[in-house]
Amino acid sequence: MRIIIIGAGVIGTAIARELSRYETDVVLLEKTADVANGTSKANSGIIHAGYNADFNTLKGKLNVKSNPVFDKLCADLKVPFKRIGSFVVGFNEQDLKELKKKKENGEKNGLNNLEIIGRKQLISQEPNINKNAKYALYAPEAAIISPYELTIAYADNAVINGAQVVLNTEVYDLYFEDGKISGVKTNQGEIKADLVINAAGLYSDKIAGMANDEFKINPRKGEYHLFDKEYGDIVNHILFPMPAKNSKGILVLPTVHGNILIGPNAYDTNDKDELSTTNKGLDEILKGARRLIPEIPEKGIITSFSGLRAALDSGDFHIDFSKNKGGLINIIGIQSPGLSSTPAISEMVVQMVKDYSNSEKYNLKLKKDFKQENPKLPHYYEYEEKEKVDEWQKIVKENEDYGEIICRCEHVSRGEIIDAINSPVPAQTIDGIKRRTRASSGRCQAGFCGPRLLKILSDQLDIDPLQVSKKGSGSQILKARSKQLILEKTKQDKKAGDQ
Amino acid sequence: MEEHDIICTGCPKGCRVTVTVEKDEITDIKGFECPTGKEYAINEYKNPTRILPTTVRVKEGEFPLVPVKTAKPIPKSLLLEAMKVIAEKEVIAPIKIGDTVIENILDTSVNIVATRNIEKK
Amino acid sequence: MKNYKIIVIGAGPAGLAAALQASKDGIDDILVLERDKYMGGILPQCIHNGFGLEYFDQELTGPEYADKFIKDIDKNNIKVLTETMVLNINQDKIITALNKSNGVLKMKANTIILAMGCRERTRENIQIPGDRPAGILSAGTAQRYTNIEGFIPGKEVIILGSGDIGLIMARRMKLEGANVKAVLEIMPFSSGLVRNKVQCLDDFDIPLKLKHTITRIEGKKRLKRVEISKVDKDFNLVEGTQKWIDCDTLLLSVGLIPENELSKAMNLKLHPVTGGVYVNENRETELKGVYACGNVLHVHDLVDWVSEEAEIAGRSAAEYLNGNQEKRNQPIKITPEKNVTYTVPQKIEYKFKDKKFIKIFLRVEKPMENVKIVFSHNEKSILSYDKKIVMPGEMVTVNLPAALIKNDMEEIKLSIVEKVGEKNGRT
Ligand SMILES: Cc1cc2nc3c(=O)[nH]c(=O)nc-3n(C[C@H](O)[C@H](O)[C@H](O)COP(=O)(O)OP(=O)(O)OC[C@H]3O[C@@H](n4cnc5c(N)ncnc54)[C@H](O)[C@@H]3O)c2cc1C
Ligand SMILES: Cc1cc2nc3c(=O)[nH]c(=O)nc-3n(C[C@H](O)[C@H](O)[C@H](O)COP(=O)(O)OP(=O)(O)OC[C@H]3O[C@@H](n4cnc5c(N)ncnc54)[C@H](O)[C@@H]3O)c2cc1C
Ligand code: SF4
Repeated sequence: MRIIIIGAGVIGTAIARELSRYETDVVLLEKTADVANGTSKANSGIIHAGYNADFNTLKGKLNVKSNPVFDKLCADLKVPFKRIGSFVVGFNEQDLKELKKKKENGEKNGLNNLEIIGRKQLISQEPNINKNAKYALYAPEAAIISPYELTIAYADNAVINGAQVVLNTEVYDLYFEDGKISGVKTNQGEIKADLVINAAGLYSDKIAGMANDEFKINPRKGEYHLFDKEYGDIVNHILFPMPAKNSKGILVLPTVHGNILIGPNAYDTNDKDELSTTNKGLDEILKGARRLIPEIPEKGIITSFSGLRAALDSGDFHIDFSKNKGGLINIIGIQSPGLSSTPAISEMVVQMVKDYSNSEKYNLKLKKDFKQENPKLPHYYEYEEKEKVDEWQKIVKENEDYGEIICRCEHVSRGEIIDAINSPVPAQTIDGIKRRTRASSGRCQAGFCGPRLLKILSDQLDIDPLQVSKKGSGSQILKARSKQLILEKTKQDKKAGDQ
Repeated sequence: MEEHDIICTGCPKGCRVTVTVEKDEITDIKGFECPTGKEYAINEYKNPTRILPTTVRVKEGEFPLVPVKTAKPIPKSLLLEAMKVIAEKEVIAPIKIGDTVIENILDTSVNIVATRNIEKK
Repeated sequence: MKNYKIIVIGAGPAGLAAALQASKDGIDDILVLERDKYMGGILPQCIHNGFGLEYFDQELTGPEYADKFIKDIDKNNIKVLTETMVLNINQDKIITALNKSNGVLKMKANTIILAMGCRERTRENIQIPGDRPAGILSAGTAQRYTNIEGFIPGKEVIILGSGDIGLIMARRMKLEGANVKAVLEIMPFSSGLVRNKVQCLDDFDIPLKLKHTITRIEGKKRLKRVEISKVDKDFNLVEGTQKWIDCDTLLLSVGLIPENELSKAMNLKLHPVTGGVYVNENRETELKGVYACGNVLHVHDLVDWVSEEAEIAGRSAAEYLNGNQEKRNQPIKITPEKNVTYTVPQKIEYKFKDKKFIKIFLRVEKPMENVKIVFSHNEKSILSYDKKIVMPGEMVTVNLPAALIKNDMEEIKLSIVEKVGEKNGRT
């Protein structure tokens, strides 16, 4: 049985990995040049505890169910993950009431170590917090993760277990036989399928529409700013303000790699590719963040980005079979806490796949040799963090490429970059390398390592340096070889002269 | 009568020196604040020249380019023309600093010389 | 653990000159660590002429200037390890470095000379909003591609920042056949040398737009266009002046930042204006036996001053090792005042012995003409130099004669004032 998954975000890749446990043909199609190129690369990276959503909603249930799974999952998949806990910060008695309500809701959802703490305790945990903060709801289960590394790791594990990830392949139509799915049409041709899973994120409404299932996603943009590691110790936990109408408000949190992240704001947009950042947004986010941590510096931002929430009017996730056609599962409206819910979402979808395959007389059998774990690749920065740099020696002795530092800011070696290019879902762009190794994600933003990464990519992939791109076709870094523009011009002039 | 505005590069002041010319003869120079400026403006009017620093492509070298320059200043008006000649050229490593890479560029009797050692790969 | 008398971090002009000077002063056990494949630091990619007029009295290109030092390094048998990245230094002067052939290297040094140079400010440092496409790079990175790697990063180019690097790259891209559409500068004046403005822009009719900046970037994959806007004297955007310019490449030349990660690892404090560490007249940092020179200490516009400063550091390291230094009873602070943004050094700590003067580097906040650079003590002028013009983009160097410095002094102030009774302002 062939199962096609459309969209290699965290949802599509998680499902691909779960399905790769079975003896079946799994094909994951992604229109961009890499996995984790959509919303899954640009979000807060929080594994929520689960006190927010109502337990009667699908997202509430799936979130709470998923949260405890992450420790083992991340250990298996070698994804950076830290259970640092979160505070929702209140300033007055009204806020306290709200916090109590949240706590109650959380308890209904089965979270039993939520705690409301007072100012003194808050300050001892977060010395830089606004001095006017009075209360906080503490959720020890809340955690931080690198969302794109999770997505990449899911995809890598799926490939290790036999799934195929096909990049640069955009689905533009579905086709059916006798009311049942029989394949997808893509810019690379048609691909047959017995079952299709629509995990196209912001575009999942469009894919559903191909089966006449009507949905409307209202993209809502959120901008972020990331600070230099130098400021990494100004907060220790995830800090939420009291929630706003459309979002959880502007947060301040550390990332798993020791930077500080602030954002997001929330703006409705019609354009699903509109990921620019604005000055207005920056001001708003700085202001919001400073309500929590007044000392957020003006300098020190090393990068800015934005993500689009794929919101449905219902506000909840929609995970169900197509109402109109057989063999199509629609996964739509996976906004926050989508990332936090991936284990339960993929489990649920796999159950649906099993039900469908039984009804269609396909018999899904578990593989005997499923590999639960991704291999552990060496990263110099981890040795540095653990103050075990001397042990890196062994690694360099085995392969000298680990002895050449390519990214000066994040201390990434040539060996690590080559590993990324040779990984199950290979890095093929500068951004792909960045997400897998951190090279070029530091304060100089590729100023130093850019030319070096370009050379390694062109050598390893055996492509012309002019073809190396930032994020796939059309985003090539270089325009010409030395003297090429002059020679071309001379030739043109000659031709014009001859005529 | 023509007037030519020339910015003196003698010091950070960057005086705007106006050279007035009648029938190819300089009749007046104004705007300089020191003798350097006057001299500079006369030269720059009569014969503006520049050193041209650029690169030449290299085969079999540790780097694909060797930096070069004109050994002496050449007329400013020839800079882009000279680039066309330089663009055609390719040299084979090794190259020593000071080596002549192109002789007598555009009949100026000025050579293009290497400004760095490039070893063989 | 192997021990060296001097370990120099960085084989740019600063590191090389410091090592050479120490070697000339009799220190034989010197190691220079350099992360790049070659020596010379940034110079091999600065292929333009304009180097060495002060130091060699001769106009050289960057690679030629570097070559003079590299030759001497070889002649003096100074040990240089290239392709070796220093990753950490601690307060006990233990250095951790990494390279292919040795792997993790741990070494101890009696003295360390920091000469790591600087890095360029990025788009984020100046907060330009918009998309994040390919085609936006720092001028120095573009320079490396164009002059070392053999590639041209763009065809339709806009340059933001009119410092020397921006100006030089405008000409460089133009000579390589690109169309350089404009150089934008937010200040009302170019911070580059007049010579560079004339020879890099005017010669090729490349427009320089003063009081302009980029306010938005557009392009999903590759850069498509930028929005430029005029700014008023407080750098606020002037509404209605926004204009879009099509381009595929934006080069940023918006300033340099001393590369002080290693200094921070040693817990050295950074100066808020220079971005470098604090030093005394020997270019010695707050940690005894650790020196800093070149762009890692403060950004220089002329490499010639880098070489001079490095020689001070190299000589001082040798003196330290030879036990040939004696502290003053009290240090003398050097304080920047009127129109002086900073001075290097920030204090005088040692007795002079046979030194005739100390060299002081400073920068000004705003351009001024017909000025006096005044040293004062207890509100009284002790020395002054006349200068025709001072500009923020050009570092000023002055010598303070040893004879003027008295044992009981605590603070010397430096200020720049108008020369009275003479005309001021441009004509
Ligand atoms: C601002 C913001 C903050 C958030 N913070 C959190 C948080 O802290 N915690 C949390 O749990 N969740 C958070 N979320 C939600 C979380 O990021 C999403 O739920 C999750 O990333 C959704 O993943 P996805 O796979 O559905 O979508 P995506 O990552 O967008 O993946 C969809 C993929 O489908 C591809 N695609 C689309 N159309 C086609 C086609 N026709 N053919 C082939 N491929 C196609 C796209 O290119 C894309 O790669 C946040 C979201 C936003 C926007
Ligand atoms: C584009 C440009 C144009 C210029 N034009 C001129 C000009 O026309 N005239 C002029 O006089 N001056 C010019 N300058 C200035 C001059 O080049 C610099 O002032 C000078 O190179 C600074 O020397 P430095 O040794 O301090 O730094 P650098 O030359 O930057 O050298 C620092 C060295 O340290 C190494 N390093 C850093 N960190 C480590 C580490 N952790 N481990 C090992 N090695 C490390 C680096 O690789 C580098 O080789 C220009 C500079 C630039 C960038
Ligand atoms: S004329 Fe004299 S003062 Fe004016 S710019 Fe030239 S050198 Fe400077």
